[in-house]
Amino acid sequence: MPLTDQEVQQLKETAVQIRKDIIDTTVAAGGAHIGGALSMVEIMTILYYKYLNVRPDQPHWADRDRVVVSKGHAGVGVAAVLANKGYFPKESLSTFNQFKSRFGMHLDSLKVDGVDVSTGSLGHGLPMAVGLSLGARLQKKIWKTYCILGDGECNEGSVWEAAMAASHYKVTNMITFVDRNRLMIDGATEEIMGVEPFADKWTAFGFIVKEVDGHDFTALAESIDFALAGQSAPVLILCNTIKGKGVDFMENEVKWHYGSMNSDLAQQAKESVDAWK
Amino acid sequence: MAKEVTGTTWTVYDSDTLTQAEIYGQVLCGLGDLHPEIVGLSADLANSTKIGNFGKKYPDRFFNAGIAEQNLFGMAAGLAKSGMLPFVSTMAAFVTMRAGEQVRTDICYQNLNVKIIATHGGVSFGPAGSTHHCTEDIAITRAFPNMTVIVPADGIETANAVKACIHHEGPVYIRIGRGFEPPYYQNENYGFEIGKAVEIASGTDLTIIAAGITVLQAAEAARILKETDGLSIRVLNMHTIKPLDEGAVLKAVEDTRRIITFEDHNVLGGLGSAVADVIAASGKGCAFEKVGIPDCFAIVGYPEDLYAHYGLDANSIVDKVREVMGRDFEEDEDWEDEV
Repeated sequence: MPLTDQEVQQLKETAVQIRKDIIDTTVAAGGAHIGGALSMVEIMTILYYKYLNVRPDQPHWADRDRVVVSKGHAGVGVAAVLANKGYFPKESLSTFNQFKSRFGMHLDSLKVDGVDVSTGSLGHGLPMAVGLSLGARLQKKIWKTYCILGDGECNEGSVWEAAMAASHYKVTNMITFVDRNRLMIDGATEEIMGVEPFADKWTAFGFIVKEVDGHDFTALAESIDFALAGQSAPVLILCNTIKGKGVDFMENEVKWHYGSMNSDLAQQAKESVDAWK
Repeated sequence: MAKEVTGTTWTVYDSDTLTQAEIYGQVLCGLGDLHPEIVGLSADLANSTKIGNFGKKYPDRFFNAGIAEQNLFGMAAGLAKSGMLPFVSTMAAFVTMRAGEQVRTDICYQNLNVKIIATHGGVSFGPAGSTHHCTEDIAITRAFPNMTVIVPADGIETANAVKACIHHEGPVYIRIGRGFEPPYYQNENYGFEIGKAVEIASGTDLTIIAAGITVLQAAEAARILKETDGLSIRVLNMHTIKPLDEGAVLKAVEDTRRIITFEDHNVLGGLGSAVADVIAASGKGCAFEKVGIPDCFAIVGYPEDLYAHYGLDANSIVDKVREVMGRDFEEDEDWEDEV
């Protein structure tokens, strides 16, 4: 069902709040992978606020939908979403990266409620998402697995091993997103290690590819609805995004893959988020 | 050796005609009926590792990842997260090195209930050369937190280990050979317990600590030494390398004060190193040697020739024991003057 204007407006407001929480957490943490956290805010927001069947007060509820954020360095973005959903108090984000905190920059599934799978080393998420999906199918469970990949991450061979398996085993209870923000640590993906023709690669590996503007809630909803309608092959939603989205001085800037901010710069960043919404 | 004799819950396997891997394959098939949550996985080695038997019996619960070990262990982690109980089998070299990070980060870091049966450990696939030898896996898996590391002596003990690991929460690494190793045990009823060494020969002069293929050789060596040299040699089957049975090692230090370890693994980081840690921390003097592959890439050859070459066969063990027994080492109870 298409999103109503009111739903889109609510999602946008939620996304603004999540971006501000990412900024605040980055200050508290002394630095974070903020660029790639900001680029996937819309993907995470629409999942957690529109589609996921989860119970924040019962994080280990057996029939919940699973989320595998394979680009685990975006943990600051995941934590901000989970805090807003009520998995844990937002104040606890101020401990991020600190001595004995449950939050390190790559989130630990055994320590952080709502994190289904520990990630951080790239190329690990999709194989685990395939395994989760096969497990759900074997147990005749209807819960879905959502996996979010980075585009630079797709240099890893294990991503394509899993893609092959997803197609071979017709894993259609999994929905995969690629946050195509076109930047990695050392520069532009197409300069460092090109992934294009990206959609064609996924198609060749047996996926049905939907390419969308990854910051457009309406387009994201249409593609997720398409995948949930039940397809004959796994669906990949190729989300064209902007790294650092929402903070004008971070957008498309390689140096904001990982960065720290003082409170003045954070204030400026939050004003930028407000101006953009 | 009995054939098809029914034990308490298990058939006693015909270890004279079945290989170590075949027995494990049969055990897993039996467990599949009792445990619908078990799934099997391999990476184009379903037949070599015999987990394919499980796959034939339960085709819906078996996943061949193709020649893609990283995805193999990632999928196993995901399946475990979903509530299934994955048994994964491929060659030790590919478990611990090709997919070592997946085993560590996806499985051990998340403390998942994944059981790994690593075949072709050590130099058991001798003619294949170093690409298919694995004399590093015990060192690697010992260093993964949450991992339990088991090196069964033969097919019967593999059966015991497979059964026991089902009731042992968390990741387990069971390291076997290529499957053609001669059996030591006649049946399963000798009190196998994860983390508990089995004293297969009692003795007071020297203790041999063995694991895997060296158990049979050590038992034979102890018998020869008793007959020809009148030596009383204790032999411990240290099937669990982690957690190590420290009590058994300390008792050997106290009782025999001479210890030699024998393993089909690099002498660095394996059974010998694990035992050495315990001896060193005890502060007690003890004549000690560790025998294994001497930190080199092993030469090519059939396993029995390689075991003789690297001092792991019964004759070599006899020689090594005589050498260590011949050392000037005080037999008194005073530790102080031996530092």
